[in-house]
Amino acid sequence: MAGFLLRRLVNYVVLALVATFLAFTLASVTFDPIGVLQQRNPPPPAASIEAKKRDLHLDQPIPQRFVTWMGGVVQGDFGRTITDRPITDELGRRIGVSLRLFLLGITIGILFGVLLGVVSAIRQYKFSDYFATLFSFILLSTPVFVLGTLLKMGAQGINNSIGTNVLIFVGETTPGFQGNWFEHLGDRLQHLIVPTLTIALGQIAYYSRYQRSSMLDVLGSDFLRTAQAKGLTRRKALFKHGLRTALIPMATLFAFGFGLLVVGGTFTERIFGWFGMGDWLVTGISAQDTNVTATVTLFVAVCVLFSGWLADVLYAALDPRIRVN
Amino acid sequence: MTVILNEGDSAGTAGAASGSPVDAAPDPGKAMTRGRLVLIRFMRNKLALVGLVLIIGMYVLAFVGPLLSKWSYDTQDYSAFLEPPYADHIFGTDKIGTDMFALTMRGLQKSLIIGLLVALISTTVAAIVGAAAGYFLGYADKALMWVVDLLLVLPSFLIIAILSPWFRGKSWFLLVLMLAAFQWMITARIVRGMTLTLKEREFVKAAKFMGQPARRIIAKHIVPNMASLLIIDATINVGSAVLAETGLSFFGFGVQSPDVSLGTLIGGNAESATTFPWLFLFPAGFLVVFVLAVNWVGDGLRDALDPTSTRVRKREKKDTKEKAA
Repeated sequence: MAGFLLRRLVNYVVLALVATFLAFTLASVTFDPIGVLQQRNPPPPAASIEAKKRDLHLDQPIPQRFVTWMGGVVQGDFGRTITDRPITDELGRRIGVSLRLFLLGITIGILFGVLLGVVSAIRQYKFSDYFATLFSFILLSTPVFVLGTLLKMGAQGINNSIGTNVLIFVGETTPGFQGNWFEHLGDRLQHLIVPTLTIALGQIAYYSRYQRSSMLDVLGSDFLRTAQAKGLTRRKALFKHGLRTALIPMATLFAFGFGLLVVGGTFTERIFGWFGMGDWLVTGISAQDTNVTATVTLFVAVCVLFSGWLADVLYAALDPRIRVN
Repeated sequence: MTVILNEGDSAGTAGAASGSPVDAAPDPGKAMTRGRLVLIRFMRNKLALVGLVLIIGMYVLAFVGPLLSKWSYDTQDYSAFLEPPYADHIFGTDKIGTDMFALTMRGLQKSLIIGLLVALISTTVAAIVGAAAGYFLGYADKALMWVVDLLLVLPSFLIIAILSPWFRGKSWFLLVLMLAAFQWMITARIVRGMTLTLKEREFVKAAKFMGQPARRIIAKHIVPNMASLLIIDATINVGSAVLAETGLSFFGFGVQSPDVSLGTLIGGNAESATTFPWLFLFPAGFLVVFVLAVNWVGDGLRDALDPTSTRVRKREKKDTKEKAA
């Protein structure tokens, strides 16, 4: 078992390296930071352009630049941004912002998504099932940037009707907010509600569809009938035997959903003004900053691959059939 | 997608001719062909029909609508700045006095064309590459599978965003190629799997032993046997291509000015959505309704073409099966 997980881990590390190299190369080829510099008005002196070129190692071939950068990364130094600030300092802060934004949304999304899926499956073709299906269909067709903006409009409407700003949808905290620890927590919560809802709603819709079909598979199975025949109540049979089995295929989805949220979360972060990793990707590309773009790509790759690995582990933990000795 | 439109055209006429499309029993004197069976099954699905009507309606509206309006996207009405919808400007006007209906129609045109082209190109590529990899196996196959793995780690959104400085100021068709280039992999993998089983079938072997070249066997015997899958895939791809395009354009990484798409309209107006909702709501509404309609049609086609299918969707890569519904 440990050998299997270790082999997968090595495979994932190689993939992450290749992905980062690819992103680094593409960014180096397409970005033109010197061009941006030259277009400034008044034009900077030739000497400072030369200095910038040297700073960015533009005189070296791309593979060499990558090796230089990667060598730094191994030692915990992600290089400097185009405005010559250390990336490593900002990286930790931004990862924190992203995690604070997503953790609650994902948790709510998974919990309610599973619940909605199970209820839909148990009450198949009842009104609630049709309603849940329609709800997820509409939400799955609504891109995050539309949903986020709509919720923002809704929050504005609620604020207007109440008369005070209960739901705040810009940033993570109120700048210059004064108060004790408890009041700070309240302030953060006020900022969290709308973005969390944006993330959670899409996740609920997505997971509930899969949970419904995987639960339906289990509902028709022999072991569930046997469990009830042996005298278990329906509720106990459904949740102790049915749900547990139905959750196995979902583990992969949960893990990968987490990994890809960073890219999907870009929209949420931009709309609500949270300066996390997704926001950094957009600003990095807009500023034609190769180091920032490569750093974010590495982060995304590590997230996706860690999730893939986690899915393997979860699968092994949940499904006794694939536990290899 | 042309395939779908043709289906829809024939659906309309044949359905009307046969009188009761709900009745699965064939008319006396009329042989039940597979085409008719599929048609009857599709017509039975109300949501899919509604979706089809919506899709055709939107394509027609996008191209006929601007002709009916007296305002054009490149003329401004200097007597109406940021006006909410009223009789003269049914979708309102933006801050320089451009009619929002004309703009939305122009954006809709571009988004729908991009969706259609991307779906056609990517499904064609997926069919050819997947069938070739499955038929020949060997190195081509290994390379393909590796690329699919890599693309799971490096989301296409990230790559296209990184490449966006390169196609800025160039034709929007480059964006189409780009989106298509990153949408064929997972389908290609499914096609490859199906080819592996198809190539062991008697009719393929017979063709082979009769001395047919591999190129011809793939084109005449293998790909036509996957028509159902490819039609469904192309339909779903229209929706995901439109979503991908609008997502990129939202950040300015997709369609570049002077071109306008639903994504650039939504992205440009999302900030002011709380104060001038009509600027945002109309493009966003068209986007959501279109994607919803495509999903309904895709589901209807899946049920009609392959009622025994386990509903393997592109995003339902593995493990999830749906028994009924």
